[in-house]
Amino acid sequence: MPVEVRLPTVLRQYAGGQSTVKANGDTVRAVFDDLVVQFPQMAGQVVTEEGVLHKFVNVYVNDDDIRFLDKLDTKLSGDETISILPAVAGG
Amino acid sequence: MLATARPLRIDAAEYARMVAHCYDGFPLEACGLLAGPSGSADVHRVYLTRNAAESSRVYTVDPRDHLRADRDAEAAGLEILGVFHSHTHTDPYPSPTDVAQAPDPSWHYVLVSLRDEAPTTRSYRIIDGKIAEEPVVLVRR
Repeated sequence: MPVEVRLPTVLRQYAGGQSTVKANGDTVRAVFDDLVVQFPQMAGQVVTEEGVLHKFVNVYVNDDDIRFLDKLDTKLSGDETISILPAVAGG
Repeated sequence: MLATARPLRIDAAEYARMVAHCYDGFPLEACGLLAGPSGSADVHRVYLTRNAAESSRVYTVDPRDHLRADRDAEAAGLEILGVFHSHTHTDPYPSPTDVAQAPDPSWHYVLVSLRDEAPTTRSYRIIDGKIAEEPVVLVRR
């Protein structure tokens, strides 16, 4: 069952302007892999070439930040909503 | 500053909440998010967030507060349009860190300086590392 992925404004341009897309996978990493298959321009935007979460991005499964779960290996059952938001910081 | 810059219009009551939040956070930097209709420069709602960095020199919008604000804004038919934070001892001008970490070229970056007796508020766009100030207008609704 596909999960719903909510995209921040900066990434919508790579997904035909959509704010929410569907993607398949039993982990967050697999969902992001599927996202890149569907939208090749998304490559490198959320997950780095080294396969870790991009520093300037926060990813949530439902209400929880995946940094406090199993990061990209967080398991999904299919009824979750994944949200991607920019990490907002400065000096 | 570009003469053609569209002003950022902030609801006066929300502006007051924003500045009060900055003083509440003093001596640490305080931060929050600005929401309004998609694509507009009209701030209808200000979300007061925690500074996860708990610092007087840097800020990080608490990620859970950000998620809550984003959902609440969406439910109200609004969108996050930008971020505000305080500078406790310096000008209301983006620091190199602010520029380097600006996540979204469509966002408005509001700075509230608490250096002087009265607060000073300025707003900027930050696109490809270039800073452009935009006027701030308060709106009573």
